[in-house]
Amino acid sequence: MDFLTNPVDAIREWLLGLMANMPAPWPDVIVNLLGVVVVASFGLGLVIILVWVERKVAARFQDRFGPNRVGPYGLFQTVADILKLFTKEDTTPDNADKPVYNLAPILSLFSVLLIWAVIPFSKDWLGTDLNVGVLYIVAVGSLGALAVLMAGWSSNNKFALLGAFRTVAQLVSYEVPLVISILIPVLLARSMGVHAIVDAQDTFFGMFFFMAPIAAVIFFISSIAEVGRTPFDLLEAESEIVAGFHIEYSGAKFAMIFAGEFLHAFTIAVLTATLFFGGWRGPGAEAYPILGWVYFMAKSLGVYLIVSWIRSTLPRIRIDHMLSFNWKYLTPLALATLIVTALLTKILEGQAVWYQSLVMFLSNVVLFLIANEIVKWRESKKPGRQVVGQPRPVARPPAEPAAEAEA
Amino acid sequence: MIPLSWFLIFSAALFSIGLYGVLARKNAVAILMSMELMLNAININIVAFWRYTNPSDSAGQVFAVMVFAVTAAEVAVGLALVISLYRRRRTVVAEDINMLKW
Amino acid sequence: MDPIQIIFIVVALVVLAAAVMVVTTPNLVRAALWLVLALFGTAGAYVLLNAGFIAVAQVVIYIGAISILMIFAVMLTRRVMTDSGPQTHQTWWLPALLSAALFAGLVWMLSGWSGFEASMPAYSDANQVVELGVALVSPEGFLIPFEVASVLLSAALIGAIYVAWDRD
Repeated sequence: MDFLTNPVDAIREWLLGLMANMPAPWPDVIVNLLGVVVVASFGLGLVIILVWVERKVAARFQDRFGPNRVGPYGLFQTVADILKLFTKEDTTPDNADKPVYNLAPILSLFSVLLIWAVIPFSKDWLGTDLNVGVLYIVAVGSLGALAVLMAGWSSNNKFALLGAFRTVAQLVSYEVPLVISILIPVLLARSMGVHAIVDAQDTFFGMFFFMAPIAAVIFFISSIAEVGRTPFDLLEAESEIVAGFHIEYSGAKFAMIFAGEFLHAFTIAVLTATLFFGGWRGPGAEAYPILGWVYFMAKSLGVYLIVSWIRSTLPRIRIDHMLSFNWKYLTPLALATLIVTALLTKILEGQAVWYQSLVMFLSNVVLFLIANEIVKWRESKKPGRQVVGQPRPVARPPAEPAAEAEA
Repeated sequence: MIPLSWFLIFSAALFSIGLYGVLARKNAVAILMSMELMLNAININIVAFWRYTNPSDSAGQVFAVMVFAVTAAEVAVGLALVISLYRRRRTVVAEDINMLKW
Repeated sequence: MDPIQIIFIVVALVVLAAAVMVVTTPNLVRAALWLVLALFGTAGAYVLLNAGFIAVAQVVIYIGAISILMIFAVMLTRRVMTDSGPQTHQTWWLPALLSAALFAGLVWMLSGWSGFEASMPAYSDANQVVELGVALVSPEGFLIPFEVASVLLSAALIGAIYVAWDRD
């Protein structure tokens, strides 16, 4: 019973018991290293299932079946894909900068895996207990932009370089509303540690999604832009700038970039669920940690389904629309929400949780309506479509049947 | 345990390497990169002194944060100047930007 | 040898080696990437000094923003895809001598100080972020330097945009 409710602790005790004869720091170091291996492998193994989920969901939205031949329900399709990618020829372009070219995909996957170190899977099941966890997530997320720039430059290809510039412009621009909206749960939980943010979401109405829905939506949209999924995938769609910064990558290196992107998409689903929906919180999760893990995976998969839904439904956004959406709408709205939330948190200190949630939710609704009005006013001030030149001649029947009848 | 001398020698070495870069390199962007090394050395120095003399007072960390802000401002303006110079004079070699010399 | 001492020696060697590569390599994009490694190592040094917030802020500010800015500047200011000509002056031995003399002078001067071989006092960093936050915004703390720094950053932002604007 104990193993079933808390497998991680049970395995840990068993391993420490096995190594009881070793000198002092080594059992803990070895157990911690094993923990690192487990968390990293969990992330990477999840990619295999995620690719299948993505293809099936996208197919169902498009009214078709998706992969269903390789294995039951197409479950082994990803294995077949990986085998194909690994047996492809591993080309390197002429005059490419080889160390940088080989390092870029590794760095891109590395920057995503590092985020998994601070996410709490359940009560006391987390990689490390940083008290600046949220800032760490932002820091590690910005390493991905560096990897893209390295990949684009080292390919010795002008289109790759242009694609890399555009990608980095998008990534760096969307980091601004991401950081501002991530500050709002930090404000509400009075701590920058991710475990503390989850701990502060005690009740159902205490979920930070109810207290700050605008922050949740802005975080969600900015994260989708950070990953580079539709509708923000102008940078790597094949019909646009010829697949962007990863044109010259094939085989195993492309598999790494590809896996990194899918894992990043799931990671942002995990982060949204953790920061705004309470992570592993749920009925009975404190007593039975395994239930906490189940709630965590359920919430993350729910948000990932919404990400896939958006991907299958919305068209691509043009680059100038994307940048103006960021700088003229998301950033001012995020700043305004931050100021209003900070004020209300101080004013409503000490009241009941449902009362705080209600007032903050209403304030967010008011802010959103004001933002809508401002956008409408801006649109109305733009000049409408202008008619230039003479109106075109339109064919008409002869005008005077009376004159004709007379003549 | 690490004595304070190790951190001070480390930051002095980093500062000297940065100084060599500033004085010996021709390209203006390379000079700015070496200035980054010098500023990082200074920051390590500040944080080491904070940790070894009075860690409960936040003044050392605030000083380090101010140095971050100043560095970011300096790099932004410096690189903007370099790009503007490149547009007018088509060169970033620091020696060739000598129109104001008498 | 403490494990912490071994970690410090490794971090210091990585940073110094990367710094030497920054100031000597003729290929500027490689120099920018070596700079990224040096900045990472510096973040490691901050972690050894129990300054967790400063370490993470270093990664965000330097590697997330300033390094990308440097790489952009290098890529936008080169005439051909390969660099041309020597990248250091012909009289490079003079700066080398000068920096070696500066290093020797600094070490000699500091070793005469009484607190040179001090050891780390005990410190628990549980409330570090809260104390730093309170110090930055309290009027008895460092509110005015904080505000001045924000005005400085605004001025730098506006100035950089204006200087680099394409006015043709």
